[in-house]
Amino acid sequence: MKRRTLRKFRNGAFLALSVVATAIGLACLAAILWTLVSNGVRGLSAGVFTQMTPPPGSAGGMLNAIYGSTVMTVLGILIGSPVGMLAGTYLAEYGRYSRLSAFVRFINDVLLSAPSIIIGLFIYEIVVVPEGHFSALAGALALAVIAIPVSLRTTEDMLNLVPQGLKDSSAALGAYPWRTILSVVYPAARSGIVTGLLLAIARVSGETAPLLFTALNNQFWSAKLTEPMANLPVVIFQFALSPYADWQRLAWAGALIITVTILALSITARALLSLFQSNRGAR
Amino acid sequence: MIAGSKPPRHLKMRLAPRAAAVDPGPQATRIEIRSLNFYYGRIQALHDVNLSIGDRAITAFIGPSGCGKSTLLRVMNRMYALYPHQRAEGQVRIGGVDILAPSVDVAELRYRVGMVFQKPTPFPMSVFENVAFGLRLAGEVHGADLHERVETALRDAALWEEVKDKLHADGRSLSGGQQQRLCIARAIAVRPEVLLLDEPTAALDPISTLRIEELLQNLRERYCIVMVTHNLQQAARVANVTGFMYLGALVEVGPSSEIFTSPKNRQTDDYITGRFG
Repeated sequence: MKRRTLRKFRNGAFLALSVVATAIGLACLAAILWTLVSNGVRGLSAGVFTQMTPPPGSAGGMLNAIYGSTVMTVLGILIGSPVGMLAGTYLAEYGRYSRLSAFVRFINDVLLSAPSIIIGLFIYEIVVVPEGHFSALAGALALAVIAIPVSLRTTEDMLNLVPQGLKDSSAALGAYPWRTILSVVYPAARSGIVTGLLLAIARVSGETAPLLFTALNNQFWSAKLTEPMANLPVVIFQFALSPYADWQRLAWAGALIITVTILALSITARALLSLFQSNRGAR
Repeated sequence: MIAGSKPPRHLKMRLAPRAAAVDPGPQATRIEIRSLNFYYGRIQALHDVNLSIGDRAITAFIGPSGCGKSTLLRVMNRMYALYPHQRAEGQVRIGGVDILAPSVDVAELRYRVGMVFQKPTPFPMSVFENVAFGLRLAGEVHGADLHERVETALRDAALWEEVKDKLHADGRSLSGGQQQRLCIARAIAVRPEVLLLDEPTAALDPISTLRIEELLQNLRERYCIVMVTHNLQQAARVANVTGFMYLGALVEVGPSSEIFTSPKNRQTDDYITGRFG
């Protein structure tokens, strides 16, 4: 009897600890979001979306930074995602049993968790230094290198969810693997692949460190890919550290914009993913 | 090596084979298997299998789980070659050609030897495109001809009446039984020489199972059908010839009427009367 009471007590204590830990985590998140929203909304105005980043003391917005972020994210994804998707396809389909795949998977995991500042430095060394100046293109390349492992991993995971019977059925009709992959596997994994794309965009669009060394920043409007380009993360970094109150307000607004965008992307991605997985379970 | 369900002792009586009662008589041989051995890595799964399979007939393989009947089926279209460390030795001649020869193009082989799997596997595309898939792969049929071939295949699979108004609906929206008939339509659309069925009704309800058995009866007149089944009654009902496999060996093969009423081998007798397996 005594023993059971002790075990019950231990269980209760463990449960309590878990609940407290969860509460601490949630509270931190709520505090961050609250601070961000309350400060960000104060800085938001129509001007944020229509005007360029201002010199201290005058009115302005972040149009050039929003534009720059969009351009570099899209370019980075356009370069990085196809590479990641094709590599993921190799791992899941062609090279499923090869030793090379295990090696590639390991390297990819390393890349996935590599500090992004190192990727920024890498692009700085191989693009910015030879070119002699910072550029939007270098920024996009750095983002692409970050997108590759994310996209590779999700593509492989999603393709592995496609039932083997489906792939075998296609092969049993005389289809070569490329035909099976394009006509059967990709369509079956479509929402999973889109999810991977959204997750890669979400991951890339908040990156600051790699852009600091590559695209740097630009006080003015610039659409040239060969020149430094403004972007939200670096503008936030710069404005938030400044002593000027109006710059700080803009930084809050920018942070809110990025967070809301990423949150929306993540929620869409997860919704798509659960849809994909429930479809799979029903079959 | 023990299967889940044991048929009752008096099964022999109930197994009086309906289909096989009409003995089709001697058939031209479509598949010749000579001293076939099969290995999963170091594990030997088939031991010296020798067998002739007739054309225009249904040949069924029965036996406890793990006896190698599915493996035997997967040799006939070299499905095993999709997986590493699996290899077959010996000779398997289909229409006179040894399909195990390295010079054989497996895609070409699988086009001639269709296969239907245990679980229905409709492709993520419309009903029409599912059936047209194999024809499009070959690229020999187009336009109106393609439409006709798809319709014929769906009719032969006894599915046309149910799907003729929703040819453009997703193949995955059909019911389980319909999906399996769709897979059969897909396999016969390319008019294969041989149709392999790996427990085609194991995932279906009794009514869908019955429909597929009826469908197989009709297809038998035109195809060489080889099937694996866990269901002894099913083999008795639909197969002309039944082979009993045990521990990777083909123990006995013969007309279903003989196998299910007066098997020559003691093990076969024990299995069909439910003494083991």
